[in-house]
Amino acid sequence: TSEGPQVIPSYSSSAMSEAVVPDAMVSPAVGGPYGEKASGPGVDFSYVGIDAILEQMRRKAMKQGFELNIMVVGQSGLGKSTLMNTLFKSKVSRKSVQATAQEKIPKTIEIKSISHDIEEKGVRMKLTVIDTPGFGDQINNENCWRPIMKFINDQYEAYLQEEININRKKRIPDSRVHCCIYFIPPTGHCLRPLDVEFMRRLSKVVNIVPVIAKADTLTLEERDFFKKKIREELRANGIDVYPQKEFDEDAEDRMINEKIREMIPFAVVGSDQEYQVNGRRLLGRKTKWGTIEVENIAHCEFAYLRDLLIRTHMQNIKDITSSIHYEMYRVRRLNENNTVVAHANGMPEHHLAAHEM
Amino acid sequence: MEILTNSHTPPHTCNNSGEGARAVPLAGHVGFDSMPDQLVNKSVNHGFCFNILCVGETGLGKSTLMDTLFNTKFEGEPTQHNQPGVTLKSNTYELQESNVRLKLTVVNTVGFGDQINKEDSYKSIVEFIDAQFEAYLQEELKIKRTLHSYHDTRIHACLYFIAPTGHSLKSLDLVTMKKLDSKVNIIPIVAKSDAISKSELAKFKIKITSELVSNGVQIYQFPTDDESVAEINSTMNSHLPFAVVGSTEEVKIGNKMVKARQYPWGTVQVENENHCDFVKLREMLIRVNMEDLREQTHTRHYELYRRCKLEEMGFKDTDPDSKPFSLQETYEAKRNEFMGELQKKEEEMRQMFVQRVKEKEAELKEAEKELHEKFDRLKKLHQDEKKKVEDKRKSLDDELNMFKQKKTAAELLQNQAQQAGGSTTLKRDKERKK
Repeated sequence: TSEGPQVIPSYSSSAMSEAVVPDAMVSPAVGGPYGEKASGPGVDFSYVGIDAILEQMRRKAMKQGFELNIMVVGQSGLGKSTLMNTLFKSKVSRKSVQATAQEKIPKTIEIKSISHDIEEKGVRMKLTVIDTPGFGDQINNENCWRPIMKFINDQYEAYLQEEININRKKRIPDSRVHCCIYFIPPTGHCLRPLDVEFMRRLSKVVNIVPVIAKADTLTLEERDFFKKKIREELRANGIDVYPQKEFDEDAEDRMINEKIREMIPFAVVGSDQEYQVNGRRLLGRKTKWGTIEVENIAHCEFAYLRDLLIRTHMQNIKDITSSIHYEMYRVRRLNENNTVVAHANGMPEHHLAAHEM
Repeated sequence: MEILTNSHTPPHTCNNSGEGARAVPLAGHVGFDSMPDQLVNKSVNHGFCFNILCVGETGLGKSTLMDTLFNTKFEGEPTQHNQPGVTLKSNTYELQESNVRLKLTVVNTVGFGDQINKEDSYKSIVEFIDAQFEAYLQEELKIKRTLHSYHDTRIHACLYFIAPTGHSLKSLDLVTMKKLDSKVNIIPIVAKSDAISKSELAKFKIKITSELVSNGVQIYQFPTDDESVAEINSTMNSHLPFAVVGSTEEVKIGNKMVKARQYPWGTVQVENENHCDFVKLREMLIRVNMEDLREQTHTRHYELYRRCKLEEMGFKDTDPDSKPFSLQETYEAKRNEFMGELQKKEEEMRQMFVQRVKEKEAELKEAEKELHEKFDRLKKLHQDEKKKVEDKRKSLDDELNMFKQKKTAAELLQNQAQQAGGSTTLKRDKERKK
C-alpha cells in the first residue's frame, strides 16, 4: 500500500527546490541514467549525484516510520483529550469518564500511555499520548509533579539501559517524552503557584509547551493581557519553555523561534465536532452567539500550535529531547557512580541537580 | 483501547511499527507527512559524511577512479613502489552539490602488494578500520559526549581493486577480503578493465564470484528490501564485481567532450556502459545506496565491533536486578587500572632513567678519578725523572769539578816537576860542563 517516495511539494523550502532527479532512481523503465542519457542534450556530465542522498534518506525514513510521544498535563476538564483529538484528527485520546459521587477521585496521579499508528501520505507514525489524570485535582497538590517526573526519567532510564547493552536492538525503541503540553486554566490573571512550580521543575527535563486551555472564554484583550503576564512570570521564574532560547542553533533559527516565543502560550480551543460555516465543514464549537472555528487564526491559536508541534518543529522537538535532555540525564546518571569523574568533567552543579525530584 | 505504562501489551496490530499500537484513521490532513522533509532539512543543515577505503595494489588506478567518481582532482603524485609496509593515507575533502554538503574521506592503502612478504599486509588495514570504530566507541562511552556533531570516520565502503589478470583472484586478495568482510562493506571491482576483452571479462567475473563464494567471503549486497530500488539493486548485484575504467582526461567524441582513455586502436569511454561498468558503480555507490552503506556500517559492522570489544573487556549484559551501569563502572575501573599501569610504567621508566644517569655519573666520576691518578702518576714520574737528571747532573758536575781539581793539581805537579827537572837538567848540564 505504500507509494514510492515523493518530494512533497507543499513543504519544499528553497533549500530543496533544486532537488535531485528522483525519477532516475525509481526504476530503469523510466529511461534511467544508462547509456541513452549520454546522447541527450543538456545532460550535466559533471553531475556526481551526491545530492541523491537526500532521496535515499527520505526513502529510509518513510520505511522506518516515525515515533512521537506527547504528554498532556493539566487539571481535569481543561480539554486535554479533545485537544489531542483535534490535533491528530482522530480519537487518539479518550476523554476521562466523569466520576460519579460513588467513585472517589483518585488519590494519586495516574500516568496513562496510549499508542496509535497513524499514517498520512505514506508516512507512518507511532503516536503515543501520555495522559496524566488526577494532576492538580487533589486538595493538597504538593509534589504532584513527582510521578510525572518519575515517568519521564523512567523513559530516559529505559532508553539508557538499552543503549548500554552489549547486544542491543538495531533501533532502540524510543519511549522518551518528546513534548509535554501544559494546560493553563483560562483565569485571565496570572499563573498559579502550581503552574509555576510544575513548569519550573519540568522545563529542565522535558520540552514544555504551555497552552491556554479553553481560550474561548477570554476576549482578545484579556487573552493578550494574560499572555503577557504569563510570559513575564515565566521569565521572572527562569522557566525556559520550548523553543528554548539557549538551544537556538543559528541566526535563522533564532529569528523563527523569537517569533514563536512572542506568541506563547498559545490560546487554544479544541473540538472534534464539525459544523457548517459559510458553506464549508469546519471543526468548531457552536454556541448561541456564534461558532468558534478551531482552525481559524482569528479565533484561536490552535493552528499555530499544530504547525509548531507537527508541521515544522516536530523533528527539532525530538532532537532536543535526544541530544540535550536525554544526554543531561545520562551524564547525571553516569556521574552518580563516579563523583570524581563529575568534577573532572566540570559539570556545572545545576545540571546535575536538574533531575532531582 | 490499551492502557500501557512502561511495559508492553500483547501486540494486535499488523503494522510493524510497534507493539500494542492500534491503527487509527485520520479524519483530515494533520500535517506530519512533512516529517521526512523536516528530517532531511535537518540533515542538510548538518551536512553528511562518507568515508571510502580503497584497497588495492599500487598502480591499479585507485586515485584516478576516485577523481573520476567525484569529478574533481583529489590527490598529488602517485605513490612509490618501495614502501616497506602497508600504510594508510587518508584525506578529507568538502564537496558540495546543490544544497548538499558532503565531507568525503578517501583512504588509500599505500604500498599494498609491494612487499616481498605479504603475510602481514592486511593487518594495517584491519587496524585502521578498528581504530575508527574504537574512536566512535570511545565517544559513545564518554560521559559528556557530543555524538551529533562527531565527525564520523568509520569506513562506510571498501572498494577492493582486483588486478585485471583475467585468471582468478590472487591469494593476497582472498586473504585480505576474508579478513575485512566482517568489518566493512566490501565492493570488489576489476580495475583497469580496458585491459581485458569482453569475453575474458565475463569469464573472469564468474571465476571471481565463485572463488569468493567458495571461500566464504561476504561482499556487500545492494539491498533489495525496499520496493523502489529492489529491482535495480538486484540487477546490479548480478553485475558484481564491476569492471571499471577511470579517467580524468576528456576526449571529443562526436560533438561532446567525454571522459575517456585514448588508444591508437580506439577510445575507451568511461561513461559508456558498453565499455565499462563505471556508471553502474557510481550509481550504486553514490546515487542509490550511499545511505544504506552508512547504515550497514553503523548497525552491523560497528555493533559487531562494539559487542566484541565490550565482551573482550569483560562485560556482559546485566540482568535487571543487578546493579546498573556496571558497564560504565567497570569501564571506568578498567580505565583507571590502565591509567594506573601507565603511571607505574612511567615511574619505572623514570626510575630506570634516574638509575642510568646515576650509573653514568659514577662511571664518569671513575674515569675522572683515573685520569687524575694518571696525571698524578705522570707528574710524579716526571718529577722523579727530573730529580734523577738533577742528581746525575750534580754528580757530573762534581766529577767535573774533581777532574778540574785533579787537572790543576796535576798541572801544578807537572810544572813543579818540569821546573825541578829543568833545574836538574841544568844541574846535569852544569856537571857536564865542569
